[in-house]
Amino acid sequence: MAARGEPAAIGPVVAAGNGLRHQHLAIAGMAAALAVAPLVLYPVFLMKVLCFALFACAFNLLIGYVGLLSFGHAAFFGTAAYAAGHAAKVWGFPPELAVLFATACSALLGLVFGWLAIRRQGIYFAMITLALAQMLYFFYLQAPFTGGEDGIQAIPRGRLLGVLDLSHDLVMYWVVLAVFLAGFLLIYRTIHSPFGQVLKAIRENEPRAVSLGYEVDRYKLLAFVLSAALSGLAGGTKAIVFRLASLTDVHWTMSGEVVLMALVGGLGTVFGPIVGAAVIVSLQNYLAGLGHWVTIVQGLIFVACVLAFRRGIVGELGRLLGKPL
Amino acid sequence: MRRFLVPAGAALLAVAAHPALADFTGGKVRIGVLNDQSSLYADITGQGSVVAARMAVEDFGGKVKGVPIEVTFADHQNKPDVGSNIARQWYDTDGVDVIVDVPTSSVALAINEVTREKNKVFLVSGAATSDLTGSKCSPNTVHWTYDTWALANGTGSAIVQTGGDSWFFLTSDYAFGHALERDTEAVVLKAGGKVLGKVRHPLNNPDFSSFLLQAQASKAKIIGLANAGGDTINSIKQAAEFGIVAGGQNLAGLLVFITDVHGLGLQTAQGLILTESFYWDLNDSTRAWSKRFSERMNGRVPTMVHAGVYAAVTHYLKALDALGADGDGKAVVAKMKELPTDDPLFGKGTIRKDGRKLHPVYLFEVKKPAESKGPWDYYKLKATIPADKAFRPLAEGNCPLAQ
Repeated sequence: MAARGEPAAIGPVVAAGNGLRHQHLAIAGMAAALAVAPLVLYPVFLMKVLCFALFACAFNLLIGYVGLLSFGHAAFFGTAAYAAGHAAKVWGFPPELAVLFATACSALLGLVFGWLAIRRQGIYFAMITLALAQMLYFFYLQAPFTGGEDGIQAIPRGRLLGVLDLSHDLVMYWVVLAVFLAGFLLIYRTIHSPFGQVLKAIRENEPRAVSLGYEVDRYKLLAFVLSAALSGLAGGTKAIVFRLASLTDVHWTMSGEVVLMALVGGLGTVFGPIVGAAVIVSLQNYLAGLGHWVTIVQGLIFVACVLAFRRGIVGELGRLLGKPL
Repeated sequence: MRRFLVPAGAALLAVAAHPALADFTGGKVRIGVLNDQSSLYADITGQGSVVAARMAVEDFGGKVKGVPIEVTFADHQNKPDVGSNIARQWYDTDGVDVIVDVPTSSVALAINEVTREKNKVFLVSGAATSDLTGSKCSPNTVHWTYDTWALANGTGSAIVQTGGDSWFFLTSDYAFGHALERDTEAVVLKAGGKVLGKVRHPLNNPDFSSFLLQAQASKAKIIGLANAGGDTINSIKQAAEFGIVAGGQNLAGLLVFITDVHGLGLQTAQGLILTESFYWDLNDSTRAWSKRFSERMNGRVPTMVHAGVYAAVTHYLKALDALGADGDGKAVVAKMKELPTDDPLFGKGTIRKDGRKLHPVYLFEVKKPAESKGPWDYYKLKATIPADKAFRPLAEGNCPLAQ
């Protein structure tokens, strides 16, 4: 347990009230930069970054603010991808309903996983989530509707609300950006709400939160479901963007990747997961020529990150500026 | 938001107007070879396909209508998501006009969709699933070398005719394995045989023991291997360790490449019946081309996939030369279908409405070690299936383009 008054190793304690002004400015700046980014960069690449950034932010909500390390988040991401793909392709759902349906599926799954997993702490919690996610992986491998190794292919992007034609990459991009910002702001609001304060209290000292009269399990479960649902939002959106849901999305390496993204960017920081996702996705994209060596490069980065700057890129930056980011 | 939409719209217009500016997009023809560069299909396809594509470009003179031709390549790691990401990026930002090869049917089906969406050209050599010219057929795709129907029709019916009438399938669990199993099962049932059971194994599987034990327990005369590459090699080797062939059951490799025979060695592979559409030692022109290929590939002979890449790229360039443009993928493929094909490896042939390239297919038997006269001298020709009998009839494929 961390000693009282000392900032926890996992992330800087966020100051309340007016101390957040620089964060609001940073969010506005980020939104503006992202809105014009596709005019310079390849929009499909940016959409991938945004989907993974939302996924990493959802994961960070759990590890960074409740201190729960889930090693099965790919289950929520992948389930949503399959749900969105199946709904849009087979049932003919419009994209917005497909993604909402996918988010609901992941939230429900999060409720089941969370209900089982929050009974244990630390490594046991991580292992339970991993075990459940692996069970689900083998289910998806065999279930006929997922298409096994082929995945669900040629998922229609369709028209948003019957109006916006998503087959244009730029239109799709701004929709993805809106989804990302909505998810991100929801997380931001959550961690700065009284609910978020209780989550942080649980992270810092769980027995103490219990002694103060909080029903810790309820808070943990709610945070878990929220994280699962937002991971699902990211996964469902990704399936619509790439028109493909495959086993890669539910494989345990995906759970590992999201841990890596959060860690490289900075656990328990607001912007860390976004930066982490951008770094990891760029690496995968630009080093794709190395084939299987990409995973080794990622491993080396992970080691370097843990050894040299444990707060992650954004965490270290925040420390240098003296402000939580 | 409007502030951003205006430049975006302008950018879109500029992109849309681009093909009209020049007949050849980007001022050059870019060929993207997308295949497995590092895993179980790397020997069958891999760098060999890149070399074959480069040879086709060189033999064509390096230019079409004065426009330079480039060859680029990438590794799709046998994953549909990796493959379709690369394809999207190639088409959207890297100026690739045509994607060639693409083994692993699941990836090929994904590329088939991306290519259709972007109206480019997809020349399939490495992938096997007959769905590419069946229910998933596309006006932007030509399927060159072989397919699961041709394999089933060749190997499957040859084995049933020689008394192998009860089957058990060991199937690779993805699009290719499913299609091969389905097409072979149809051939077996039609010829009066029966299927006693089937089991599916994951792609790139190192351990076949539990699957082989099920096959052994089924007492089927023939164990049909509906898998490919490293998986076929492993299942044949492990079947030998289990004494399956010694116990009286026979293995039928439904897709065996010459590199697999090389990997197994003649001692293990002798007597295997297999279907291919190309063999290096078929005639003078295949020998001459294969010799040039070997010199660049450290003595390895080409597989039928490499030959298909060469022939498909050659015919694609001929169509570009006739058309004088490469921007409209549908028009290029239509031109490819209109022109008769003629190349040193597959001879004269045609491309059907559904995108199926027609040429003869050969039934080979792997030689005994004593019969082999030199390196890579592995096959005896048993039968030639003429082009009009070798592939699924047009009407049976359910391809919307065929109607």
